[in-house]
Amino acid sequence: MATRIFGSSIKRREDPKLITGEAQYLEDIQLHGMVHAAVLRSPYAHANIRSINVEEAKAVDGVIGVFTGKDFEELPALPCAWQAGGVDNNANTPRVLEIERVTFTGAAVAVVVAENRYIAQDAVGLIEVDYEPLPVVVDAEEASQKGAPQLHENAPGNICMDWACGQEEGTEAALEEADVVVKQRIKNQRLIPTPLEPRGAIAQYSPASEEYTVWMTSQAPHVMRLLMTAFVFGIPETKMRVISPHVGGGFGSKIFLYPEYCLVAALAKKVGRPIKWMETRGENYVATTHGRDHISDIEVGVKRDGTVTALKVKTYANLGGILSTIAPGIPTTLYGRMLSGVYKIPNIYCQVLGVYTNTAMVDAYRGAGRPEATYLVERVMDLVANELKMDPSELRRKNFIPADAFPYEPADDILAGLKYDSGNYEAVLDRALEVTDYKAFRQEQEKARESGRYLGVGFSSYIEVCGVAPSAWVGVGGQGWGAGLWESANVRVHLTGQVVVTTGTQPHGQGHETTVAQVVADELGIPFEDVIVQHSDTLGTPFGYGTYGSRSAAVGAVAVYNSLQRIKDKAKLIGAHMLEASIDDVIYEDGKVHVKGAPTESKTIQEIAGQAALAYDLPEGMEAFLDDTAYYDPPNCTFPFGTHMCMVEVDRHTGQVDIQRYVAVDDVGRVINPMIVDGQVHGGIAQGVAQALWEHGVYDESGQLVSGSLLDYAIPKASFLPSFELDRTETPSPVNPLGVKGAGEAGTIASTPAVVNAVMDALSPLGITHIDMPLTAERVWQAVQQNGNGG
Amino acid sequence: MSRNVTVTVNQSEHTCEVEPRLLLVHLLRENLGLTGTNIGCDTSQCGSCTVLMDGQAVKSCTVLAVQADEANITTIEGLAQEGELHPLQESFWEKHGLQCGFCTPGMIMTAHDLLSRNPDPTDTEIRHGLDGNLCRCTGYHNIVTAIQAAASSIRS
Amino acid sequence: MYPFNFEYHKASSVSEAISLLNQHDGAKVLAGGHSLIPAMKLRLSDPGVLIDIGKIDDLHGINASKGAVTIGGLTTHSDLAASIVVPIGLSETAGTVGDQQVRNRGTIGGSVVHADPAADLPTMLVALRASFHISGPTGNRTVSAEDFFTGMFETDLEDGEILTAVEVADEQSGTGSAYSKLFNPASGYAMVGVAAVVTVASGKCTEASVVLGGLTPSVMVASSVADSLVGVKLEETSIAAAAEAVQNDLGSDVLGDIHASADYRRAMAPVYVRRAVAAAVERAG
Repeated sequence: MATRIFGSSIKRREDPKLITGEAQYLEDIQLHGMVHAAVLRSPYAHANIRSINVEEAKAVDGVIGVFTGKDFEELPALPCAWQAGGVDNNANTPRVLEIERVTFTGAAVAVVVAENRYIAQDAVGLIEVDYEPLPVVVDAEEASQKGAPQLHENAPGNICMDWACGQEEGTEAALEEADVVVKQRIKNQRLIPTPLEPRGAIAQYSPASEEYTVWMTSQAPHVMRLLMTAFVFGIPETKMRVISPHVGGGFGSKIFLYPEYCLVAALAKKVGRPIKWMETRGENYVATTHGRDHISDIEVGVKRDGTVTALKVKTYANLGGILSTIAPGIPTTLYGRMLSGVYKIPNIYCQVLGVYTNTAMVDAYRGAGRPEATYLVERVMDLVANELKMDPSELRRKNFIPADAFPYEPADDILAGLKYDSGNYEAVLDRALEVTDYKAFRQEQEKARESGRYLGVGFSSYIEVCGVAPSAWVGVGGQGWGAGLWESANVRVHLTGQVVVTTGTQPHGQGHETTVAQVVADELGIPFEDVIVQHSDTLGTPFGYGTYGSRSAAVGAVAVYNSLQRIKDKAKLIGAHMLEASIDDVIYEDGKVHVKGAPTESKTIQEIAGQAALAYDLPEGMEAFLDDTAYYDPPNCTFPFGTHMCMVEVDRHTGQVDIQRYVAVDDVGRVINPMIVDGQVHGGIAQGVAQALWEHGVYDESGQLVSGSLLDYAIPKASFLPSFELDRTETPSPVNPLGVKGAGEAGTIASTPAVVNAVMDALSPLGITHIDMPLTAERVWQAVQQNGNGG
Repeated sequence: MSRNVTVTVNQSEHTCEVEPRLLLVHLLRENLGLTGTNIGCDTSQCGSCTVLMDGQAVKSCTVLAVQADEANITTIEGLAQEGELHPLQESFWEKHGLQCGFCTPGMIMTAHDLLSRNPDPTDTEIRHGLDGNLCRCTGYHNIVTAIQAAASSIRS
Repeated sequence: MYPFNFEYHKASSVSEAISLLNQHDGAKVLAGGHSLIPAMKLRLSDPGVLIDIGKIDDLHGINASKGAVTIGGLTTHSDLAASIVVPIGLSETAGTVGDQQVRNRGTIGGSVVHADPAADLPTMLVALRASFHISGPTGNRTVSAEDFFTGMFETDLEDGEILTAVEVADEQSGTGSAYSKLFNPASGYAMVGVAAVVTVASGKCTEASVVLGGLTPSVMVASSVADSLVGVKLEETSIAAAAEAVQNDLGSDVLGDIHASADYRRAMAPVYVRRAVAAAVERAG
């Protein structure tokens, strides 16, 4: 074909509904007779529940029912589906409503069902709970120390899991032998994901069929159904249908099974009417999962010439008061196993203590483990460069895994058998240096310093693991994930040649309907408009594990591709039959099956689809219809990479950081829709920059979330950010036939260290080498004060 | 306690009986079924609920329905005229100014107010003009581009 | 979130509003509602009765005459920001309040009466030596801005009274006003807000008024700074020197939170004083 649809910036077909207000988000769904639920949450971070009095609340006009945990005693605690591999996990998970004890402020303890949400909220305020407050601990390191308040009987010292990867002895020995050892404590602060749409659920129960229908703000409806039916309700999955309507962003926080989703389903049956629950932003902040929250002590060993020889890390990972669905998997597999970064580091050892504290559940947030790893590795590179007085770009170059080393296996036991698929790390660094005119910047920086201005440039050469994951690797026998991670697709070519694809993945802003249609149109050689992509409803889509970990292209779209190959094979059989040719003499090209060397002797895919559907004259023994379902289990993960550079000016009098330029050179493998990929990178950068400079989930000592609203949690406004300069190289992934790697998280993973490194570079004349995030004006100012006002 | 409120929304007049505490956004979404206007926070920060009230952008979560009595309201559903998308809608689509789309109706209504005050804004003016609208997906990059494109299309 | 229920009355005149206020114990006045409604939604405020004054024509509009500008209590921040008859510092200040949508609804009267220590307009109005017109059951009275603000969320306004208008003097040539603000990155409120009004004649400062917001529980007049400015030729070094005097004005009661501690705000005070004064001097011409 003249222009390939794969690789072009086609406008999103999702958008007409979204720009006109027609799109239906959860909150927009109205069902006949629907009533509203409001949840009462614990004001204490740690307390025993002595008793709950609901009488006054029940008496409010318009209240249908008030329920406490005791009303749902038969429902077990929610499952924890990803536990750290190879070690004991002292798992404690939420109940639908807590019965005896709460371990974080915001835990759900009672629910009101009322005719409308105003009344429900009124009644919530009238429920009286007698709490016995207990001692509180919010810091992961403190919680693991002797004498700290204990949260769970089965988790002595508040340790959920003590996990490690790599080689301890070898790393210790290499540190001994190193010319220079640099040590640093690095904190990766707690973040609150803050999708613009909070969470919600609607449930309806049919007594006649004993079936539940549950609409929820979910990134993974099939998994939700599986977990709810098999692990909470104890019913066959056929008795529940889960639908994700339009989802207003997730960033990880909508992957998980939350107590309220189960609660709403249970209430629908109890009350006998459809029920809607929509959390407020305030609830979103206290009761939806948070992300990050690591304290790490690192030691890095290097030779005088800059060769990194060893990296040792001990991390306290705060998991919250109880475990969210995949909490233990994030700071282990997705973190420790990525600590080699883009570098040849022969000795790595990482120990992770997963710790319970009296805070909200911590789970995957955009990047999930990989931003924490990348931040650490990229900060380390700058600390080393500073110590050795080397240029940070040259230090990186010296340690890069060379382009001819792929597939590359990092240090022993780090990636647990997987290998980096492909990469050319120098190429992206060189490109970034060229785009930014690095040498000229260094000269400008020098001059600016003479006049008392502090400019800085920061690098982040990152790698991430995407396209999760080979089931055998990630599963219980390996990384502890309690399921497979293959992905599915069904392709059906209807009688007129219109193609309907159903996927097991679930978009929430990523534009799957467009990109998947591009893959299909390109592969079948048909108009883009002839492809429809359906998703997000367990009724009518094949089982799939959902959208996270930048897997929807690298795993999901590959399932589509595999189906298309079989569709084409069958089309060739039918086409050959129609053309009265031998199957060996025909080829599929540009939407037609034609005889080799005679392009005019052809049948279009539409003609073939018609024949397949009508089935008047098919090859003997062939089933009717062009219809295929694929389940693709990737042989490896994919490993996107890139170099980001950030240029800042720091006002040493106020501590304010001004981002002057932000340049990103990414390699996400082959690109299906450049416009969409750029959009993913833009948004990712913004979130990563936000971690570097502004966002911070703060608890006080009593376990109250101080940053509990958008008045106190600073997500970036448009005026905080510059426009971003993007560039890319394309190194196809050999893992899958599309050559795609994944683009959803790269920006977030890369940008945080780029910004922090830039600020440290700016402040280097003052002898400042590290400030913990967020680098608020005050923190920068404080560091300048403490470092003697030099320079 | 209920009161009658008469509002003209997207050029059609409605009279509704409401509790005084009903928020304008709920009047629009629940009484009138106009669910394009979204609710993203409870502290008047996010701007997802922005509509035009007598031509000016307001956060409909911070206006009581009774305060909107006799007002003229435009929501995202009323922006396209006779099947033609508004230039802002066109440019948000064209420039990929949205991903999940949740902030988009509010973002577009604020941009409408912005361009009515300043038909030829700089990027910086656009960014400051959006101080009352949060987007978590796009990093604002393409939103700024989209508003520039719309401004240029409206000027010509 | 959703407010508690309340009784609602719409007043069509100032006298009706005052009479309604005095008929209902604990009734609150609703103007633009941009301080009140957010608090009610979070159920931090539960007024049993609201008197909506939003449609009272007399309270709208900006009028300049005889050397004074009278700004109706219901004038929105947006209108104030766009006004060319009010002192430049005042329109500048109004332009920094919240965001466009908030400015379209929030009013000068509401902001003044709410007396949030992190608000912007009170700071500038004290610096401009504005006077506030108040109507109550016993008649009308006028109080100076400086006397009006008595504490954190506390003012001189008595129960049953309404602030009807704000009056400021015309800005004469030779006088300049400016506002400089350290924004809270999340809420947009002032963590440090400095309003400066200076008059310059023959190259020297003849009069100065510098007021601080965001720093202390109530707006604070920085008289040490003003004293250091008067009589001096205002240039970078002299402004910087005067700005350091702000520490004498601040006292010990400086606010702090997770965004900016008291120490940081205190350290930033002279920076923002310097910026506000320098801008005011430039405008004084």
